[in-house]
Amino acid sequence: MKLHCPTLVRNARFSAPFLTSLLLFAAVVSTRANPVIIGSKKFTESYVLGEIARRALNDAGIATEHRQGMGGTIILWQALQGGQIDAYPEYTGTIEQEILKNGQQLSFQDIREALGKFGVEKTGSLGFNNTYALVMRRSEAQRLGLRTISDLRKHPELRIGLTHEFLDRQDGWRPLRERYGLPQQRVIGIDHALGYAALANGSIDVKDAYSTDAKIEQNDLIVLEDDLRFFPKYEAVFLFRSSMAPNAINALRRLEGTLDEKRMIHLNMEAERTKNYTSAANLYFQDNGSSAGYAGESFLQKLTRWTLRHLELAGFSLLLSVISGIPLGIVASRGGLIGQAILGFASIVQTIPSLALLALLVPLPFFGISVRTAIAALFLYGLLPIVRNTASGLQDIPRSLRESAVALGLSPFTRLWEIYLPMASRSILSGIKTSAVINIGTATLAALIGAGGLGEPILSGLNLNDDVTILQGAIPAALLALLVQWFFDVLDHVLIPKGLRI
Amino acid sequence: MSALVKLVDVSKRYANAIALHATNLSIERGKTTVLIGPSGCGKSTLLRLIVRLIEPDSGLIEFNGEPITSDTIGALRRRIGYVIQEGGLFPHLTARSNVLLMARHIGKSEYETQSRLVELCELTRFPGNLLSRYPLELSGGQRQRVGLMRALMLLPELLLLDEPLGALDPLVRASLQRDLKEIFARLQQTVLFVTHDLAEAAYFGDEIVLMNDGRIVQKGSVSDLRQKPADPFVSEFINAQRGITLT
Repeated sequence: MKLHCPTLVRNARFSAPFLTSLLLFAAVVSTRANPVIIGSKKFTESYVLGEIARRALNDAGIATEHRQGMGGTIILWQALQGGQIDAYPEYTGTIEQEILKNGQQLSFQDIREALGKFGVEKTGSLGFNNTYALVMRRSEAQRLGLRTISDLRKHPELRIGLTHEFLDRQDGWRPLRERYGLPQQRVIGIDHALGYAALANGSIDVKDAYSTDAKIEQNDLIVLEDDLRFFPKYEAVFLFRSSMAPNAINALRRLEGTLDEKRMIHLNMEAERTKNYTSAANLYFQDNGSSAGYAGESFLQKLTRWTLRHLELAGFSLLLSVISGIPLGIVASRGGLIGQAILGFASIVQTIPSLALLALLVPLPFFGISVRTAIAALFLYGLLPIVRNTASGLQDIPRSLRESAVALGLSPFTRLWEIYLPMASRSILSGIKTSAVINIGTATLAALIGAGGLGEPILSGLNLNDDVTILQGAIPAALLALLVQWFFDVLDHVLIPKGLRI
Repeated sequence: MSALVKLVDVSKRYANAIALHATNLSIERGKTTVLIGPSGCGKSTLLRLIVRLIEPDSGLIEFNGEPITSDTIGALRRRIGYVIQEGGLFPHLTARSNVLLMARHIGKSEYETQSRLVELCELTRFPGNLLSRYPLELSGGQRQRVGLMRALMLLPELLLLDEPLGALDPLVRASLQRDLKEIFARLQQTVLFVTHDLAEAAYFGDEIVLMNDGRIVQKGSVSDLRQKPADPFVSEFINAQRGITLT
């Protein structure tokens, strides 16, 4: 009988379209069967090798996804162990030094046994050695007469910019400096791609690089000879989970010994020239005489994929924030110790830098490198505006009106649902709107842990030092934020009771 | 004639101030009892104690001979109408929804509530075509009439009014005073009316209860208060107000 009451029907409007619209976001969550997941590190060669593997597996009829540029060695290794990815390209030196943390060179057999304990195997060498190298501007090197790393001893004034990973590695900067007795004091950490720009404009003089790096040629740099033979061999291989399907393993193994150094440099150059990893990877297959088959996605397809994933990340996390934020806000509005604890917790979460929050969640068992982690981080971020606005919206209701509702004899639930929440709706909705806009912006960081979205082109653009690619992600993300803002402005008119909008 | 509400040694204290000393009071059926006194004297506290918006620290309040407790107040509130300044209307509901809120909540039939609504509009002289307006689209006097309709919707045995006319301009106030008095008489309504205005008290009150500093100072008619003041405060209060009301 109550359902026929116009009051209830009217108030139901407060929630129904609102929840459905949010659920629509949730529905975007895909329900594919488990494809093989290839990961890659955040630099061009890794992207290209990842694409080659994806294509090779696809050609073998295996559904495969490539999570591009997920981060550094540790993140990829953890993801592989955790099963969030099935395979990724790695280098033998890195396996020994970083993953197995072993001081001396290991035999092929030793490595195999050590990896086996983790349920991981590796392919044979793909055919090239991509060792670390120190590089500098050719002109500068010639002016100072530098040829080898030992020569650096004579020039303590040189400024060195190194990737954060190289700074920390077992086979990285510290032991290198000890071995060579390098005197340079001015050493900074800088992103790999940005480092090339810094080198070009003279902000730094020396940086670390990979010997197959296409940028060495492009930027007219020279490699300083490793005259003391400090750097171990970095044969490129694929690491994969032993539990991966045999046909997938076979497809990966077929790549062994098919790529020499020259071709890898060529593919890297193509990737950076065309800004398209897929087409660069396809060159590998063309040169190998296999079918031309797979053409890269068009820009529109990629944009659609990024945007849908972005909406999935932001929308799903927003839905969670709303579902838990409003009840928490209701509890918080009553004040007391619990109320303060809730507001305090939400505020603290907000002060953690988003990058740090992602990094904190990654090692946790349930999360790892996944969409889940990104959604969880975004959910936590979105919580505060909703909790705070719900609480303050409820607290702002004049005491006289609260008392009128009590004195009328309405039940506590009816008071909340039919009186207090509708009266606080403007404040609650503006909290949700703030959350949504923040989420759209922060979701770009999800690409860092391979969760995709519009952060993907931004990240690879940063890697390629290519503004156009960055804008391909940044502009849609900004437009999306505006669109969401506008959508909520419209929603205000639907959801905020008319009597409050006069 | 028996008392509808009876307060026995009821007291209330906030943090460190006493709002109401142990107080005894009977509210007679069918009559209008007016609580009057300066602000902070405890008159609103007394009203709010009856509808149990606040809990007494000690003492007993009886309704129809039954003690009011936290358990019984839920059902009792439907037998008590409560009107505050400006009507206390919910801004997101139309006048109609405000009036019908409680009747719908307890599942009264649409037919019953609609005919009661027509009755109430006639009684409070509220134009029926304004029922679909929101509180913000109504004048102060109209809002107060809607608040009164809401309070009277379920035919309450007791009507509590807490300075209901306080925010209205003098002309509207005078016309509402006339209408209210007529309504109370027509319904033979038991009313407890809080005001700080002596003229209003005199106009409505069958019995006037003068309060000061958390205590009842004197009960009786206006002429009782004027001619037989129980203590100097009574004369002071009456003289202070007479200057205003007689000019």
